[in-house]
Amino acid sequence: MSINASGWKPTTPVAGGNAAPTFTGNKALMLEEPLIFEIGSTETTGVDFADGDVAGSRLGDLTRKSAIGLPGLSEQETVRHYTRLSRQNYAIDLGLFPLGSCTMKHNPRLNEKVARMPGFADIHPLQPVDTVQGALGVINELAVWLIKLTGMYGVAMSPKAGAHGELCGILCIKAALEKRGEGHRKVVLVPESAHGTNPATAAFAGFSVEDIPATDEGRIDTAALKARLGPDVAAVMITNPNTCGLFERDLKEISDAVHAAGGYVYCDGANFNAIVGRVRPGDLGVDAMHINLHKTFSTPHGGGGPGSGPVVLSEALAPFGPLPYTARTKDGYVHLIEEERAEEFSNEHFGGKLDSFGRMVAFHGQMGMFTRALAYILSHGADGLKQVAEDAVLNANYVLRSLEDVLDAPFAGAGPCMHEAIFSDKGFAAGFSTIDAAKALIDEGFHPMTMYFPLVVHGAMLIEPTETESRGALDQFIGALRSVAERAKAGDPSLKTAPHFAPRARLDETLAARKPVLTWKPPVVQAEAAE
Amino acid sequence: MSRYFTEDHEWIDVDGDTGTVGISDYAQSQLGDIVFVEVPDAGRALGKGDEAAVVESVKAASDVYSPVSGNVLEGNPALTDEPALVNSDPEGEGWFFKITLSDASELDALMDETAYAAFVAKL
Amino acid sequence: MRYLPLTPTDRQDMLAVIGASSIDALFADVPEAARLDGPIHDLPNHASELAVERHMAALARKNTVAGEVPFFLGAGAYRHHVPASVDHLIQRGEFLTAYTPYQPEIAQGTLQMLFEFQTQVAALLGTDVANASMYDGSTACWEAIGMARRITRRGKAILSGGLHPHYVSVAKTMAKYTGDALDTALPTLGADTDLDALIAKIDDDTSCVVVQYPDILGRIADLTPLADACHAKKALLIAVVTEPVALGALRSPGEMDADIVVGEGQSLGVGLQFGGPYVGLFGCKEKYVRQMPGRLCGQTVDAEGRRGFVLTLSTREQHIRREKATSNICTNSGLCALAFSIHMTLLGEAGLRRLAALNHAGACRAADRLAKVPGVKLINDTFFNEFTLDIGKEARPVVRDLADKGVLAGVSLGRLYPGEDALANGLIVAVTETATDEDIEALATALEEALA
Repeated sequence: MSINASGWKPTTPVAGGNAAPTFTGNKALMLEEPLIFEIGSTETTGVDFADGDVAGSRLGDLTRKSAIGLPGLSEQETVRHYTRLSRQNYAIDLGLFPLGSCTMKHNPRLNEKVARMPGFADIHPLQPVDTVQGALGVINELAVWLIKLTGMYGVAMSPKAGAHGELCGILCIKAALEKRGEGHRKVVLVPESAHGTNPATAAFAGFSVEDIPATDEGRIDTAALKARLGPDVAAVMITNPNTCGLFERDLKEISDAVHAAGGYVYCDGANFNAIVGRVRPGDLGVDAMHINLHKTFSTPHGGGGPGSGPVVLSEALAPFGPLPYTARTKDGYVHLIEEERAEEFSNEHFGGKLDSFGRMVAFHGQMGMFTRALAYILSHGADGLKQVAEDAVLNANYVLRSLEDVLDAPFAGAGPCMHEAIFSDKGFAAGFSTIDAAKALIDEGFHPMTMYFPLVVHGAMLIEPTETESRGALDQFIGALRSVAERAKAGDPSLKTAPHFAPRARLDETLAARKPVLTWKPPVVQAEAAE
Repeated sequence: MSRYFTEDHEWIDVDGDTGTVGISDYAQSQLGDIVFVEVPDAGRALGKGDEAAVVESVKAASDVYSPVSGNVLEGNPALTDEPALVNSDPEGEGWFFKITLSDASELDALMDETAYAAFVAKL
Repeated sequence: MRYLPLTPTDRQDMLAVIGASSIDALFADVPEAARLDGPIHDLPNHASELAVERHMAALARKNTVAGEVPFFLGAGAYRHHVPASVDHLIQRGEFLTAYTPYQPEIAQGTLQMLFEFQTQVAALLGTDVANASMYDGSTACWEAIGMARRITRRGKAILSGGLHPHYVSVAKTMAKYTGDALDTALPTLGADTDLDALIAKIDDDTSCVVVQYPDILGRIADLTPLADACHAKKALLIAVVTEPVALGALRSPGEMDADIVVGEGQSLGVGLQFGGPYVGLFGCKEKYVRQMPGRLCGQTVDAEGRRGFVLTLSTREQHIRREKATSNICTNSGLCALAFSIHMTLLGEAGLRRLAALNHAGACRAADRLAKVPGVKLINDTFFNEFTLDIGKEARPVVRDLADKGVLAGVSLGRLYPGEDALANGLIVAVTETATDEDIEALATALEEALA
């Protein structure tokens, strides 16, 4: 016979036993990763360039002499560094991401493929217009979709994100008022439940902000709003559906009253996902609304952008939108209207009405987001988008009704919610709050819900499941949150130290803010600084 | 020397025509860990109720209003490096600024310690 | 519909749990008049992946792709080779489909990357600190002007004629609403920058001077005297860098004592993409950090004492400060910052210097060759990878003609400064490592034909 001489024999696993700390600090697949400054060197590079002549110096006497301090890594080390870092992130690709007001839905990969077609990815913004007809065609085609989906008159495509779009809308309102000789209207009314960006935007444009109270059922107090209208009011900024997840039933009535009083209606479109394809804001009297392509139309959020915030505009505001814009003439040619051609084009095609307030960005906006959003919209079509809104609302109501027996749901009695369900920490044991439930959800393998927003609900938990979650995923999430809620009500002390299984425990935000360390410094310098 | 409080939780110690202003122990406990304080420059003229200083925790930034009108004598330089003083000794070392009072009668509208304690108890 | 997982049975079962008779019942709060009874009628219905891909590909084919022709456009957006691993890594779902890192325990990947990005950007710009990105260079430039106003409590900004005209336009738009007075100028088609003129304009009302480095025509000047002049009047110097690769060869603005340095980071990792999304770079001196716009990532420790990272100093931001926020920016350009950072890590200092040297050498060869074209004059004494030619006749139609012949020759000043006759003959030519000697020869030949 032959003998197994290697010493390697099949083993039967044995349960239990305490693990010793590892030499590396790693825990199997959970890998610690140093900073590039700790592992790279300024001599290492992961890019090869052609050998050869680098003669010539026309740099004046400004040639860099000092070291820059930029470490390099080989390609393999680079791939490993960022792959390891990526594994410390939660993401939609891993699971349900119920951040209320953020619409974290599936990001289809077709959209990534399309955006990378060289015909879109490798064209310069200042190429002659004849050489970029397809790109301008994408902008124009998306613009038409956005106009039709919202029932509006025009759209400004260049704003780079939601807040930038808000600013665009408010600047349109300001320009329209000034054109009417009513620049003295200085007040913008904002509901208490608004996104913080709303008052910030209005203030930037020189308006003073006044709060409008909410009713007990979480909607705008229409009577209070109407009572405040007058010759000093420039606009109201309303989020619909609002940040409590409720449709503002009175919006048309409010719009009519605002218009009668000479003001404009700005709608924050962050929550458009609840109504896309089912309700057109234009039918409700809205004058301007930004659309977060990175929410409703699924362009990836990328860990904090890039976003894209086109603004749809009513007939009253459209003439004031920012440059540049595109216009398709009857011959099918898509014109790019920049500073020089605005007047000519206005006279030729728009009866001399165009009166842009100016330019908001260097080029044409977020082209890479336009291609993705258009692919998403074409994939869904009118019928699919309507289904998006319906499933988003269905999923949110399912969460609301599945948890209202264990979690305080302040507006559950007001009827169905729209695309997000709101709960609060009322009823938790003393000393336990929303953050404890949120951190415990991390241990359950979910991203937490939006915490402590909107401000009108104390200890708010705002949950937006989106339409791309299956019933199975929802049931698992509901089960997890139910369990967490029960532990919070019982005062389970382990919640206070959650998360226990994440790459990091709770982080010291006070230390970070008191003694800001915003860049890496070589250890020597750190030692000196400590003295 | 006597101490007065506002409904916005500032306190002022008055000694002659000079006042020392800070925020109350109740206020610091509501704000949580203070991470940054911006105090007014010497010489700045303040009206009663004007925004005089900013105090920040990790999650909130609050304005501190001047309880009286007057000119700022000095801001507390210690708070720049050690904002935590507002947490550890809000009504002592954690003072914000000193001010010369231009109208002492403004103090009449403020609360004394007993009245402020009763005010806070109701919040 | 392939992205929607609920089945008709799921929907019925879920309605039963909710206690609603139909989906319509969930929309009961929408007024009757605003309810659409079916899909919006003049829009098409859903389409297969294949059909959508075909449609988009047909649109893409209508564009002239920069990589397929001799290509020399710059003026604020530059074509560089981006290593394949960059695009692979930014498509990892954990980066691509993550949210802003508001839950730091499960966002250390994004947060550590941002901390590294901030450090890389600060080193490159020569500033003490840098933020976690802005929308793009033009909006970063405007934000810097606003920041200078808050710091100096003065409202007059002096903008160099060498500043990108689109950046000037953005600043003009915003200044209409903030009340800042902007002193602007046009560039002149000559070798000298306007630094001396800028110095002469600084007075006690000046909040800042904004100067581009290298400037819109590609010229480079030592900013040190300008910085000194600003500081003598307690004004700030803002330097704008639209081509960050240049800082692999040139002294940084921070070294020359600029107070705020902003830039367009597109050159590294991001790609042209017809103008966006790009990534704004923003650095400044440490003493101004609390007046800085945008998100900041900071180092801290967790409950077990391990190093970790969080978003910090967020009280500057609008979700907390509301109408007193330092800026309107919210979502920024995180994934583009990641691409920038990965590309920079791949390059390292040695790679960046080599890349910069190759760019400069190519530009020198191109400038020498093009200056030999009859009727063409090189404007610049100094440049990095971009210079301006006076071609002796209006450049804009020439650029269009050359595009018809398959050469993307550069950016005419007529495109950037319409109606300015004194600039109409100018052509900005950018030469990066992607342009071959054959490309340069093709441009020279085409230009010779066009000007003959």
